[in-house]
Amino acid sequence: MLPVVFRDAFLEGVRKIDELIEHASIEGDVAKIDASRLNHKEVNDLMRECVLKGAKKLILKNVCGQRYIGTRLHLPEGKKVEIEIYGTPGNDLGAFLDGHRIVLHGNAQDGVGNTMNDGEIVVEGRAGDVVAMAMRGGKIFIRDDVGYRTAIHMKQYMDKIPVLVVGGTSQDFLGEYMAGGMVILLGLTLEKLKHRAYYIGTGMHGGVIYLRGEVEKYQLGKEVGVVDMEEEDWKTLEKHVGEFSSYFGYDADEILAEKFMKLLPLTKRPYGRIYTY
Amino acid sequence: MRRKIPDKEIQACALFGVMDRSGRRFGGDIAITAIKNMKVRGNGLGGGFAVYGIYPEYKNYYALHIMFQNASREAKAEVEDFLQDNFDVVNAEEIPTNPEANVIDPPLFWRYFVAPQKKGEEKKLSDDDYVVKKVMYINTCIEDAFVFSSGKDMGVFKGVGFPEDIADFFMLDELYKGYIWTAHSRFPTNTPGWWGGAHPFCILDWTVVHNGEISSYGTNRRFLEMYGYYCTLFTDTEVIAYAVDLLMRRQRLPIEIVAEIFASPMWDQVDHMDEKKKNLCMALRMVYAPLLINGPFTIVVAHHGEMFGLTDRIRLRPITAGEKGDLLFVSSEEAAIRAVCEPDRVWTPHGGEPVIGRLNSREGELNEV
Amino acid sequence: MKFKTHLLPEFIVKRDEDRCTRCKVCVKQCPFGVHSYDEENDRIISREELCVGCQRCVVYCPENALIVEPYPGGYRPNEYWTGEYIRDIKKQSESGGVILTSTGAQRRLKIYWDHILLNASQVTNPSIDPLREPMELRTFLGRKPDALEIEYEGEDVKIKTELYPNLLIETPILFAGMSYGAISYNAFKSLAMAAKEFGTLFNTGEGGLPREMREEFKDCTIVQCASGRFGVDPEYLNSAAAIEIKIGQGAKPGIGGHLPGEKVSADISATRMIPEGTDALSPAPHHDIYSIEDLSMLIYALKEATNYEKPVCVKIAAVHNVAAIASGIVRAGADIVAIDGFRGGTGATPKIMREHVGIPVELALAAVDQRLREERIRHKCSIIVGGGIRCAADVAKAVALGADAVYIGTAALIALGCTMCQRCHTGKCAWGICTQDPKLSKRLNPKVGAQRLVNLLRGWSLELKDVLGGMGINAIESLRGNRDHLRGVGLEEWELEVLGIKGAGE
Ligand code: SF4
Ligand code: SF4
Repeated sequence: MLPVVFRDAFLEGVRKIDELIEHASIEGDVAKIDASRLNHKEVNDLMRECVLKGAKKLILKNVCGQRYIGTRLHLPEGKKVEIEIYGTPGNDLGAFLDGHRIVLHGNAQDGVGNTMNDGEIVVEGRAGDVVAMAMRGGKIFIRDDVGYRTAIHMKQYMDKIPVLVVGGTSQDFLGEYMAGGMVILLGLTLEKLKHRAYYIGTGMHGGVIYLRGEVEKYQLGKEVGVVDMEEEDWKTLEKHVGEFSSYFGYDADEILAEKFMKLLPLTKRPYGRIYTY
Repeated sequence: MRRKIPDKEIQACALFGVMDRSGRRFGGDIAITAIKNMKVRGNGLGGGFAVYGIYPEYKNYYALHIMFQNASREAKAEVEDFLQDNFDVVNAEEIPTNPEANVIDPPLFWRYFVAPQKKGEEKKLSDDDYVVKKVMYINTCIEDAFVFSSGKDMGVFKGVGFPEDIADFFMLDELYKGYIWTAHSRFPTNTPGWWGGAHPFCILDWTVVHNGEISSYGTNRRFLEMYGYYCTLFTDTEVIAYAVDLLMRRQRLPIEIVAEIFASPMWDQVDHMDEKKKNLCMALRMVYAPLLINGPFTIVVAHHGEMFGLTDRIRLRPITAGEKGDLLFVSSEEAAIRAVCEPDRVWTPHGGEPVIGRLNSREGELNEV
Repeated sequence: MKFKTHLLPEFIVKRDEDRCTRCKVCVKQCPFGVHSYDEENDRIISREELCVGCQRCVVYCPENALIVEPYPGGYRPNEYWTGEYIRDIKKQSESGGVILTSTGAQRRLKIYWDHILLNASQVTNPSIDPLREPMELRTFLGRKPDALEIEYEGEDVKIKTELYPNLLIETPILFAGMSYGAISYNAFKSLAMAAKEFGTLFNTGEGGLPREMREEFKDCTIVQCASGRFGVDPEYLNSAAAIEIKIGQGAKPGIGGHLPGEKVSADISATRMIPEGTDALSPAPHHDIYSIEDLSMLIYALKEATNYEKPVCVKIAAVHNVAAIASGIVRAGADIVAIDGFRGGTGATPKIMREHVGIPVELALAAVDQRLREERIRHKCSIIVGGGIRCAADVAKAVALGADAVYIGTAALIALGCTMCQRCHTGKCAWGICTQDPKLSKRLNPKVGAQRLVNLLRGWSLELKDVLGGMGINAIESLRGNRDHLRGVGLEEWELEVLGIKGAGE
């Protein structure tokens, strides 16, 4: 006996846009959406509708678990909007984000900024696993901690360099396969400034990780090395930490007074020599 | 004849667990609302709940929840004869259900409150082992009958449908109060659409809900066979439940140790531990490596007095923990917790590190990052 | 440590000295440096240990002076310790590495296509003449609703059901994913042009889609979103007819891959959006997919990113539990499931994966189709099968086993010039296909390449029509899943059962 029931959890019960519109109110170029009774697709349908109707700013209230917020806004004319979120959005917040700005007053789940192209995500709280996976441009600021596999396979191309600043600490596999971009981990939630993550930068072959505080050598992947901080590095940090601090009310100088570790890949070609023809 | 090597179930899902560590009993809406919030993690082919503390008036009796496929009267008669022969049956009743609920082909559900009536050789068995043996007999030898819950003062309610449909079917929010609720929403890819196949899986008062697909299933199963556990459902969950039963109930290992067996630390990490910890990890690995659960999993296990959540050692499946006052939550997603309350705090445990809730303790706090 | 190699040459180069005019064409044509001109003695000499047997020099020698054939010498014949095992061990004892190879599995395992025979009409129903009667190969790919709800408004008929996006192709043959990077720009372009001209689709593989091609080819492109996410941005996703999530590949199920840094040229780096010269690593899994519900999450993320306008295909390798996995994929929201067998090619794979992992695609296809029907969800997706489709007969058999269409990769490359020398991973393809060396890739002219591919599609389509006509069928849809038109020879009971076909004569 095999299952013969087919239920599409995602699309089941999705209402048409004209039934949804009552959950939004547009005043000038600001749209307010009450997400409390909307499912995943409905929230995004409504967001798109509001933007097409002229909204430049979207304020989402009562978000609880809805995925892909911001993903549907690849707009033909390249219009960019600002999205303010109250509540806890679901996975893949800002996945494939195309230049918009998201400010989240709360915690985020897994997959923040997945394959994000451009824009900015500011999370006033913590985030789950695979933050900034395959991110290729724009900036993400997370105030508190992040989970596993942060910045996995982040990439850069020419002047498109993604930046992730995490105020707290990260769990294992930070920067795995990282191929470009910048990760700054500030450790502000730690008592002793000792990060616990293992396999940091394993398989990393591009980009840079700055860690405030310490990690032991054996917590690092084989493919990364610790190098000395230089003048340039501090300048870069000043810029991004400055921005971070302005968002979350920290004192940048105080943060920068600590020791930082700079991690770079040892080679652009980590697995070049394990093959034979 | 074709060789009979059954397929194992492949599935994924959403999990949720909530426990009041002071023992206060509460209704079903927390678990139901939370699991419903994660609807897209399931596909409507299975949902279920385990609730602890629901039968205080019968708390010294094993509560057997039994389903009869095809509403089979013969199966029911046979089961009842069998129960009369082997137990004192102090109460038997149909489990109340809602005929309006959005479910398809529900079987007939009955529950029996029983005390063991051991005879002869069987007197040597503990009550628990005796019950396990009799439950196994019904499940394997009586056609169309399936015992899906067999603990004291607790019960499993499960079936085919989204979990909120199942809750509605068993009227969980109206009829029951418990101090632990675990919930499960399934996304199976290859299991029969039958009600017994849903989760939680239960043996005595131990229940397991699980998310992920275990790559080491064959190894785990064949090891457990040496200890007399024969898997009849071919699900990952069943294997985990037996492993928990073996290690925690029979071998009396605490969850902290069992976590190191299921999700043993990487050698890279063991190499840098202090001598004592290192020796422990090495010994556990040496003895229990066949119970290393490899591949992605998150489990929520409960029995009386305790609930814990655990992920695999490289955290391939998600888990979020939260607490509010005496309430401890474990969930696949944080939003599900926030859908039911504004927690005092939430955190993400490290891979392989259990989140433990015990009666009258705040053990969960120890597991902060 | 350097030591003398113990390896035997694999090929021998025979040059007819009487015919050879010392024109040195072979010297120029061989990218592996086999031939060189010895001025002193005025003759061409060959270092045959370097020869890979690609036949380039043979084809281009104006005097037909060359024969390249397998090296006749060898070890003492041994059915168990074959020359190949001995050779591999020696290779590894000299390098300590993983043996890398390319193309698809070549081991002698049963080829089920060759044990299946097609039917034809005799007497009881007429065959149809495909040259004069209409013969339809047009194929829809995508999810279909359970039923169409139709409303009459007077004379006007309105479809009330919202249809899912579907692809329409003129023949049930598509070009399989081959990335720009794995293959040359010219080869990539040839595929795109041919697909456009013939009315089918090509697949970008995981290396992105060059910007200048987006406008022109957007209606005949399937863009891939693989674990490396190279060149994947909203614009890329939106400049295609469909999106394919590549989970696995028949030639290397379960492992990732990497495009070595030396192949990441300026153009490739722009398309993949990574810096020049870095290894392009594709992780083994998608790190946002560790389970079926995560796959569902990515499927819908892609649908969100493209406003639900494009079908999403999920490509998997044919592995043990393929039927159950496919069912999960459909339930996770995919519109198309692509199954790739181990005969399917690749630009580079560890030999151990290519030769030992996966199951034959014919069995996988039959199992998947059957399973989806039993679960009553077959119409919720289309099935594309690929991995070693060699001729129109394979296509017909695949369709009869239940495929909606097939992917061809290797066959397309052979049309472009490939001779199956299995050296794609060296980046020195003499035919300008699997190389990024501009000197080599310019050997392939996209216009000519496209024409060869169109010819191939035309030839196969005509043959398909012949087969259909012979069966008395005039629409490919009537062959789809029509296993009554198949019979097996030389198959055991269990094999017939998995394939769901009768034995010949039954
Ligand atoms: S490698 Fe190819 S071109 Fe070179 S000698 Fe051998 S067959 Fe000729
Ligand atoms: S593509 Fe080129 S290198 Fe690869 S097998 Fe064909 S001829 Fe050889």
